[in-house]
Amino acid sequence: MVSPSVILIAIFVYWMIGKNVQTSMTDIHTAAQAAGAKPHTFVGLENYGALLASDDFQHSLKNLLIYTVVFLGGTMAFGFLWSWLLDRPVPGQAVFRSVLLAPMAVSFIAAGVVWRWLLNSNQDAQASGLNRLFQMVGLGFLQNSWWNNVHWGISAIAMVAVWQMSGYVMAMFLAGFRGVPDELREAGRVDGASGWQLYRHVIFPQLRPVALSAVIVIAHMSLKAFDLIMSISKAANYQTKVPAIDMFLFKGSYDYANAATVGTILLGIVAILIIPYLVHMSRSDS
Amino acid sequence: MAVAIEDRLVARTAPGARRPHGPASALRFALLLLSCVLILIPVYVLIVTSFKGQGDATAAHAWDLPSRWVAENWKKAWSGDVATPAQAPGVLRSLTLVVPASILSALLGSMNGYVFAKWRFPYSNLVFTFLLFGMFLPYQAVMVPLVELMLRVDVLPSGIPQLIFLHVVYGIPITTLIFRNYYASIPQELVEAARVDGAGFFRTYRSVVLPNSVPGFVVVLIWQFTSIWNDFLFAVFFTNASNGPVTITLNNLAQGSILANYGASMAGALIASFPTILVYILLGRYFIGGLMAGSVKA
Repeated sequence: MVSPSVILIAIFVYWMIGKNVQTSMTDIHTAAQAAGAKPHTFVGLENYGALLASDDFQHSLKNLLIYTVVFLGGTMAFGFLWSWLLDRPVPGQAVFRSVLLAPMAVSFIAAGVVWRWLLNSNQDAQASGLNRLFQMVGLGFLQNSWWNNVHWGISAIAMVAVWQMSGYVMAMFLAGFRGVPDELREAGRVDGASGWQLYRHVIFPQLRPVALSAVIVIAHMSLKAFDLIMSISKAANYQTKVPAIDMFLFKGSYDYANAATVGTILLGIVAILIIPYLVHMSRSDS
Repeated sequence: MAVAIEDRLVARTAPGARRPHGPASALRFALLLLSCVLILIPVYVLIVTSFKGQGDATAAHAWDLPSRWVAENWKKAWSGDVATPAQAPGVLRSLTLVVPASILSALLGSMNGYVFAKWRFPYSNLVFTFLLFGMFLPYQAVMVPLVELMLRVDVLPSGIPQLIFLHVVYGIPITTLIFRNYYASIPQELVEAARVDGAGFFRTYRSVVLPNSVPGFVVVLIWQFTSIWNDFLFAVFFTNASNGPVTITLNNLAQGSILANYGASMAGALIASFPTILVYILLGRYFIGGLMAGSVKA
C-alpha cells in the first residue's frame, strides 16, 4: 500500500537528484542548449571547479555563512530564553506563548513586505522604518543601512528570520522542559539545589537532545534561505545573494548547468549536516 | 467536583511548589512583555500603514497613527488598479490549491503512517528512512530537472493543478512521519482484533484506524495548509502572475511598481496572511503539535 508513495519519492526525489547531478556535469549554459536545439557535452566536474573558484559564488557562500551564524545564534538565544521564562507559571503565560510563536504562521513573503519598510536604509531626515524609530527614542546612533551594506547586509535579513523563527525554537525547548521528569526536579530539590543550581545541573543537561534537534532544523532552514531575500531585497542585489538566489538566477537565464551545480552543492552541504545527525539518532534509538 | 478542580490546580503548580508571584516572577513577566512588544512592532506598522491615506505615509509621520483612517489601500490591494496587482484572484487560487492539496496529503500520509506503524513488512524501516530523507531535500537540488519533467510530461495543466501535485508528492515524508508517530500510540491489540475478525487492510483502516485519527488529521491538515499557503519556492518556479497563488501576487504587488506603494502592499500582506493567522488563532494547540512532530522524534 505504500508502493505508490515509494515510487513517487523514488522518481521525484532520487531520480531527480540523479538528473540534476547529470545536468551539473554538462555545458548547458545557453537557452538553445537548454531547449535541446544545440548540442551539449559532458564536462565532468568543471562547473563545480569554476563556480567554487569564482568571487561571485564565494560571496554567496560567505553570505550564507553569516546568515546561518546570525539566524542560528539568534533563534537559539531567544528561543531558549523565552522557554526558560515560560517554564514556570507567570501571569498571561498562554498569551505570551501564542504571541511569541505567531510570526511563524505568516509567510516569509508577507513578513518581507513590512520588513522591507522597517529596514529602509534612508537615514536622518529621510529616515522611515527602524531608523526613524531609533531617532524617536534617542538611539539615533544605531541608524544604519541594513541590508544595503555589501559586507554585512545579509545579517539584517537574518535578523528578520530570527524574528520569525525564534518562537519555533521556543516551542521545541518548551517541549524539552516539559519532558524533564518531575521526580528529577524533586530529587534535585531534596539534594538541596537552589533554583539556579537546579536549572544549571539538573534541567539544562536534559535539554541537550532538543537543542541538537533545534540546531539541525534551523541550520537546514538557513541553507534554503530564499523567500525572505526575494521579498526584502531582490534576486539581482549582489549584497544579499546566497546560493539559493544564484540557483534561481542561473535557472532564469537558462544556465541549467550552473543552476544544477548550485543545487547539488546545497544538497551536499545538507547531507554533511543531516547524515551524521540521522546516524546519531538511529544509534541512540537502539 | 471541587476536589477534582483543586487537584488539577495543585497539579499544575505543584512541581516544586513554585510561587507564581515574587520578584523573580515580576522580572520574568517584564521580560516577556518586552519581548512581545518587540515581536508585535511589525504588526503595528502593517495595520497603521494599511489604513493611511495618500500623503499620510510620509517619512516624518512614518510611526504615527493615520490622521484619517481610510480603507482605500485595502480596496486597492483586493481588487487592484492600473499600478496595483489585485490580490483577490491570488487568494482564490491559493484556496483552490490549499484545500485539495492538504486533504490529499493527509489521506496519503495517513495510509502510509498506518502501514509503517502497524503492518511492518520486510525492510519497512529501511523504506521509511528512504521516504524520510525527502524531508531534508533542498528543493533547489531537483528544480532544474523537475521543471523540465513537468513541462515534458504535460499531464497536468500548468499553474495550480501542477502545484497541487507537487505539494502532495513532496509532502509525503512529513505527513507519513506525523501519522506514523501518531498511530504508534494506537494499541496494537485493536488492530490485531480486527484482523482476527477477518478484516483486511482496508477494512481495518476504515473501521479501526480512521475513526481514531481525528487529532492526527487536524495536525497534518494544519501543517500542510500553512506550509502550502505560505510556499513561494515552488510557486515561483511553476507559476506566474496570472496563474500563481497569493505569495506570487503579493510579491508582485510589493516589488512590482517602481514607486513602492507601502499602504497597499501592507494591506495585501494582511489579506494574504489572514487565513493562516485565523487557523493559528483557532487551532494553535494543534499547530504546535505539527511543529513538534516535524522536529522531535516521538
